[in-house]
Amino acid sequence: MTEGIRIRLQQSGPIPLDASLECAPGEVLALVGPSGSGKTTILRAIAGLLRVANGAIHCNGDAWFDAERSLFVAARRRRVGYVFQNYALFPHLSAMHNVMEAMLELPAAERERRARDVLARVRLAGLEHRVPAMLSGGQQQRVAVARALAREPQVLLLDEPFSAVDRATRQRLYRELAELRRELAMPVILVTHDLDEALMLSDRMCVLHQGRTLQSGEPLQVMTRPETVEVAQLVGLRNVFRAGVVAHDAERGVTLIEWRRHRLEARLQPEFAVGAQVTWVIPQGHIVLHRRDRPSRGEHENPVFGKVVECLSLGENIVLSVTINGPDRPPLFLTVPAHTARRNGIAQDVDIGVSLLSEGIHLMPVDDARIRSKPEQGGGQLQGAGKMEH
Amino acid sequence: MDWSALSLSLKLATWTVLILLPLGIWVGHALAANRFRGKAWVEALLALPLVLPPTVLGYYLLMAMGGASPLGQLYEAAFGRPLVFSFEGLLLASVIFNIPFAIQPMQRGFEAIAPEVRDAAACCGLTRWRTLWRIELPLAWPGILSAVVLTFAHTLGEFGVVLMVGGNIPGETKTVAIAIYDRVQAFDTAGAGIMSAALLLISLIAIGAAYFTASRAPARRHD
Repeated sequence: MTEGIRIRLQQSGPIPLDASLECAPGEVLALVGPSGSGKTTILRAIAGLLRVANGAIHCNGDAWFDAERSLFVAARRRRVGYVFQNYALFPHLSAMHNVMEAMLELPAAERERRARDVLARVRLAGLEHRVPAMLSGGQQQRVAVARALAREPQVLLLDEPFSAVDRATRQRLYRELAELRRELAMPVILVTHDLDEALMLSDRMCVLHQGRTLQSGEPLQVMTRPETVEVAQLVGLRNVFRAGVVAHDAERGVTLIEWRRHRLEARLQPEFAVGAQVTWVIPQGHIVLHRRDRPSRGEHENPVFGKVVECLSLGENIVLSVTINGPDRPPLFLTVPAHTARRNGIAQDVDIGVSLLSEGIHLMPVDDARIRSKPEQGGGQLQGAGKMEH
Repeated sequence: MDWSALSLSLKLATWTVLILLPLGIWVGHALAANRFRGKAWVEALLALPLVLPPTVLGYYLLMAMGGASPLGQLYEAAFGRPLVFSFEGLLLASVIFNIPFAIQPMQRGFEAIAPEVRDAAACCGLTRWRTLWRIELPLAWPGILSAVVLTFAHTLGEFGVVLMVGGNIPGETKTVAIAIYDRVQAFDTAGAGIMSAALLLISLIAIGAAYFTASRAPARRHD
């Protein structure tokens, strides 16, 4: 790939890195990982603000960094648009001059005209002469985006661009960025610890942990079909269990697994040998609650029964912990709307039935080390991710 | 009123500021922007004139500039007169004892700039010069201003080092602080009083102007 950006970074310290990324023109790549996973370090390395021990960065055919050739292009020569987490606007300059500083190679009159255009594009017409302190958080973010775009960058880097604004503003900025990105022809790398943000805004997502890139792919794919238990844990899949592969039925497109004396039908995954032990996950959206008053057709699919041991209210939704085959084993988690729970009389100690939709059952290799370790407290997880149990 | 002493003091203070302004910006900026081994020792060395008795500093400067020292000999060979007890020698001493007053406020001024702002400047394609001129100096200016004022006022008031290095030569090294001492020794309290009042007024105006300007600086966010 000569178009777009290709990044390979390796070092053992001070911040360990083992990352490899690609992003095509016009594509939005979300780099997700818990705090301290090296997301910002990678962005800084791309921008040329930080020099990594080994690796290479190529953008549209140009080498920006190549450790083997001792090549390192300075930040100011890379044509990178960088939106910093706290925007890093020049506090003493107006919005207009903040943007104009980014295109010094143009003649002054042209600069002013272009700055006005770019600011209008991010809906800041009329506020050009305000200094950052006189702008709201959302407006400051837009100035930062305008400044980054003013350079006509070869790559746009967004470092947690929505973390410093309130929730309502964030929703609006999401929409604006989604609109804006349709016009952008350069690769866009978005750093976030928020999975919903990645799902909403990116074409591809790359999961990062302790400086290592673990899995890249279409966001929904990564979040529902992780390649390893580690990724499953990082994307917040809570229903992670062990099972044995019983048979593959290619005709019906199913793989049969045995879990706690239940035969479950999973999506066909013939790469796992019959008789092998596997780890399986199911996203909460693929667990269907049986109605208690009248059974329906969908309930024939992998029905399992258990007792509700915990109801955790999250506003409009309720997270249920259900023990299957005995209280000593890790429970199954599912989220149901609060009104559904009320209508079905679901409360603690009530027996319920659920269907595990076979399409959602995803198999992974067994990872003993990971499955036994407790998730890290605090920094170990992503926003929107729950705790993993097994 | 000893006008020649007053004008000499003002000339010395102005020259000291003119020399220390670029030097302080350079060193203050370098200390704020870099971390290196032994930085604490460099900072301690630069702060030494703050704690050293002026007579001790003056003694070493006298030794370093005297006719027996390499510097003194070099100067005498080049200009045909000794460095000590001359205005140039006094200026050199003044620059050295004012180093902490100039560098420390400037360093704090540069340190107050968020590092991402410098990064943002680099990502915008600004050269180092442009970053310094357009971004860092305007943001660090309260520190630079207070360095200028402190240096100026401190030079006007310095007594011990001046006496040790410059002596008391009218028109050449006799500053207003020395002249006041001279007047008191001669029981001319009225003369000393006028000069003291003048020095007090000048210092007050300088410091007051600096505080006033700093308090009117627009509120800045450094987050």
